[in-house]
Amino acid sequence: MTDNVAKSNGTTPAAVPASGLAAKGSAVVKWADDRLGLATSQKKMIRKVFPDHWTFMLGEIALWSFVVLLVTGVFLTLWFVPSMGEVQYQGSYDQLRGVEMSQAYASALDISFDVRGGLLLRQMHHWAAMIFIAAMLVHMMRVFVTGAFRKPREVNWLIGGVLILLGVVEGFAGYSLPDDLLSGTGLRIADGLIKSTPVVGTWMSFFMFDGEFPGEAIIPRLYVAHVLLVPGLILALVAAHMLLVVYHKHTQWAGPGRTEENVVGYPMMPVYAAKAGGFFFIVFGVTALMGGLLSINPIWKYGPYDPSKVTAGSQPDWYMGIAEGLLRIMPHWETHIFGTTWSWNVFLPGEVAPMILLGVMMMWPFLEAWVTGDKAEHHILDRPRNAPTRTAFLAAMMSVYGLLWAAGGNDLLATQFSLNMEWITRFMRVAVFVVPVLVFFIAKRWCIALQRHDSEKILHGYETGIIMRSPEGAYSERHLPISGEEAYRLTARARDNVVAAPVNGEVEAKGARAAKLRAKLSTWMFADNVQKPTAQELEEAHHHAEHEHELEAGLAHAADGHQFDGHHDVAGEELRH
Amino acid sequence: MTDHTDNSPAVPAEPIADPGIPAHLPRPTDVDPKAARRAERQVAAMFIASMLCAIGFAVAYYTFDIKDSWDTFLGFGASNLFLGLTLGFALLLIGVGVIQWSRKLMGDHEISELRHPAASAESDREKVLADLALGLEESGIARRPLVRNTLLGALGFLGVPAIVALNDLGPDATPSNIKKTLEKTFWKSGIRVVNDVTGRWIKASDMEIGQLVNAEPEGLVDAFDPRATAQQREDIESRSLEGAALQVAKTKSAVIVVRMEPKDISSATAAWAHEGIAVYSKICTHVGCPIALWEQQTHHLLCPCHQSTFDLADKGRVVFGPAARSLPQLPIEVDDEGYLVAKSDFLEPVGPSYWERDYK
Repeated sequence: MTDNVAKSNGTTPAAVPASGLAAKGSAVVKWADDRLGLATSQKKMIRKVFPDHWTFMLGEIALWSFVVLLVTGVFLTLWFVPSMGEVQYQGSYDQLRGVEMSQAYASALDISFDVRGGLLLRQMHHWAAMIFIAAMLVHMMRVFVTGAFRKPREVNWLIGGVLILLGVVEGFAGYSLPDDLLSGTGLRIADGLIKSTPVVGTWMSFFMFDGEFPGEAIIPRLYVAHVLLVPGLILALVAAHMLLVVYHKHTQWAGPGRTEENVVGYPMMPVYAAKAGGFFFIVFGVTALMGGLLSINPIWKYGPYDPSKVTAGSQPDWYMGIAEGLLRIMPHWETHIFGTTWSWNVFLPGEVAPMILLGVMMMWPFLEAWVTGDKAEHHILDRPRNAPTRTAFLAAMMSVYGLLWAAGGNDLLATQFSLNMEWITRFMRVAVFVVPVLVFFIAKRWCIALQRHDSEKILHGYETGIIMRSPEGAYSERHLPISGEEAYRLTARARDNVVAAPVNGEVEAKGARAAKLRAKLSTWMFADNVQKPTAQELEEAHHHAEHEHELEAGLAHAADGHQFDGHHDVAGEELRH
Repeated sequence: MTDHTDNSPAVPAEPIADPGIPAHLPRPTDVDPKAARRAERQVAAMFIASMLCAIGFAVAYYTFDIKDSWDTFLGFGASNLFLGLTLGFALLLIGVGVIQWSRKLMGDHEISELRHPAASAESDREKVLADLALGLEESGIARRPLVRNTLLGALGFLGVPAIVALNDLGPDATPSNIKKTLEKTFWKSGIRVVNDVTGRWIKASDMEIGQLVNAEPEGLVDAFDPRATAQQREDIESRSLEGAALQVAKTKSAVIVVRMEPKDISSATAAWAHEGIAVYSKICTHVGCPIALWEQQTHHLLCPCHQSTFDLADKGRVVFGPAARSLPQLPIEVDDEGYLVAKSDFLEPVGPSYWERDYK
C-alpha cells in the first residue's frame, strides 16, 4: 500500500512547477500520508470550491465568535470560582469591600479589578456571546428567506435550530454565573418558570436548586453545564453542521454558468482559506475592540445577590427578550382544579410559546416540501421575492419577534417615551396577533410587485430616466434592454406549480382531505406569484421593442437629458453631469 | 396522494439561455507589476503593524495600573482600553492583511466543480440494505421475539438507575417536604418587623401615612436595633441564620410595611393591619421577583420585573399584569412598647405558584 502511494506520488507530475516551499511541503505530506492516508480524503478538499456572497459570511460570524468564546472562556476559568460559599470581599473595588458575598461574585470582581486584562477578556466573552446568538439568528433568517433549507439540507436546518436553542441556554447559564443581583434575579425568574410546569414543576425546582431557591448548588451545577456539557454539545453539532456543508457543497446564487449541477466560486486553497481565516481574525479583533471600548454587564454596579432586593428596569440579555415580553403581556390566567394549580400565566409564555415559535420555524421546510411535492435537490438559492409566501412568513415571524422584544421592555418604553405602560401591554396583547397578519400581506404583495418589476425589466428593459416626446406630443419613458447576463440571472429560477384540488372520486375518501388541504395551501402559497416570461413572450416583447427602437433611433450612447431624446443629432455633444 | 407531475402543464421553454461563466477580468495587480508590489507592501505593512500592536499589548499590560487606583485615559480605564485596542488591532490587522492578500494577489479565477446527489449510488444503497437484512437475519432477531423483547425491556429498564441516581440532586417535593419548605417562612407569632438594612424595630407611631419600609423578620438582618438589651441580642442571635439557609429564608420572608389612611383600606385588609399599617409579602406571586415600586397615591405596588400591580388597600389584589394571585398579607399587631410584630406566619404560601400549592 505504502509502495503504491509512493509510486503514484513519484510518477504523477505536479501541475505547478515545484518551488522550494512546495518540495518541502510534499515531503511533509508524504510523511503524514504514509501513516494517516489522508490524501484520499483530502484530494477533493484542497481545491474545493466555495461560492462567494456576503450573506454566506453570516454563519461564519457565528462560527468564529464561538471560537472566540472558547478562547476567552478558557481564560476566565483560570480565575473564576464557581462556588456559592460565602466570603467577605477584600479586593480592590472600594464600594464592596467588607461585604459578604458568594465566592463566585467575589472572583468575578477579582477578574474585573485585580487581574490585568481580566475585564477585557470578561467583556470580550460577553460581547462574543451576544454576537454568537445574533449571528446564528441572522444566518437562520438568510437560510430561510433564500430557501437554502430545501432538500438535501433539511437535517442541517434542524441542527441549526438546536444550535440556536443551545446557544440561548448556554448564554443564560453564562450570565447567571457571576451571582450578582441581576443574574440572581434572572435565576429566580427561571425558578418561577420551572415551578409553573404542571405535575413535575416543584420536583424539577427542588432537584435543580438542591432544595429551595437559591440554595448552594446552582452555581456549580450551571458552571459545569456552561463550560463542559453545553459547549460540548454545541461543538459536536457545529462539527456536524460544517461536515454537512462540505458534503452538500454550498448553495449558490443564480447567475451565468451557475446551475443546479455545479458550484462556481473560488478554491479553498488559497482564496477561501485566506478569506475565512482572515475573517476569523477580524471577528476576534472586533470583539477585542468592543471589549476595550464598550462596557458590558458591569456586575460591580449591581452588588451581590440578595433575594430581598431588585433593581428597577431589570432586563435580561437581549436574546431572552422575547421570553420576557411573552411573560409580561400574558393575561393572568391560573386554573385551580382538584387541588392542583395550573399557572397558564407563566407556563404558556415561559415554556410553551418560545418552543412553538422555534418549532414552527423548524417545521416550515417540511410543510413547504409537502405542499409542493417537490422531491428534487435544490442548490440554487431563491431570491426572497421569488418565494413571496415564504418571505412574507419570515417577515411576519420577525414582526412577532420584534413586538415581543418591545413588550419585554414595556417599562422602559413607558419611561423613555412617556407612554402609559398598561396601554403598551394591552396594545401588545392584540398586536402580536394582528400585526404579523398585516405584515404578512404587505410583505407578500411587496414581493409580488418586485416580481412584476423583474418581469418588466426582462420584457421591456430597464428604465433609463429619459422622457421621450412623440411627434403627437405624448410623453413616455425610454427603456433599454438589460444585459444578457442580467436577463439570465433574473430568469434562472423554476416556475411555481400550483397543485390542483382532487376531482371528486379521483382519490378515495381517506386521502381526500389531505389532498384538498394541500391544494388549498398550494394555491395560498403560489397562485399569486408572477412567473418568469416564456420564450414566446420574450420574443413578442423584443419584437415590440425593436419597432419602438426604430422610432427612437439615434441614441447609441448614454444620455443625461432631454436633448438626448433620440430625435436630435447629438454628435459632438458632451455628457453633462 | 396524487402525484402533481401528472396533471401539471408542459413547462414552457427557458426564455434565456445560460451565457456561461463570464470571462475573467484581470485586476490592476494582475497586469501592473507596480500595483502588485504596492499591494504586497500594503499587506506586509499591516502584518508589521500587527506585530507592533502585539508588543503594545505587553507594554500596556505592564504600564497601566488597575486595582484600587487605576489609571484613566479620556475617562476610560486606561489598562482595559489600551489592552483592548492593541489586542484588537493586532488581530484585526492580520485579518485585513490576509484578506487584502487574497483579493489583490492570490489567483482569482472562478472555477466550477460538479455536484453529486447527496444520496449514495443505488448499488451502494442496495448493498447496505442487503447487508443489513443479512445481518438481521443471521442475528435471528426477527425469529426470536423473546430475546428481542427482553433485550429491549432490559435496555428500557436501564432508565431506572439513570433516573433514580439523580434523585439526590435535591429533596423530594413530597407534600410534607413542601409544607416544611415552600409553605413556611421565618415569620411566627411575636417576631418583630425590622428594617431590612438597619435592623431597627418599627414603631407604629413613627410610620407616616404613605410611607413604605422594606422589612424582614428580626433575625434575618445582620444588625441589631440599638435599643435591644444584651439578653434580647442573645435571643435574636440564637434564632438567626447564615449562608444558604439565610438566603433561602430571605427569599420567602422579605416584606414591605406600608401605612395608608385607615378609611381607604378594605375591612379585610384592616383586620390584619394596625391603624392603617399593613404588611405584605415582598415576593411577587408571578415568578418571584421582589416587588419594589410603590405608588403612594393609588396604594398600588408594582413589580419591576413584569409589571404585575397589586392594590395594597385591598388585600393585595392584582389590578394589572400577569400575576394571578393576590400578594399575601402578614397579620400583625403591636407589642407592649408599640413596635410592629407578626401575629403569625403567612397563612398561605408566598411567591410563585406551583403544582401542589392547593394541596390540603
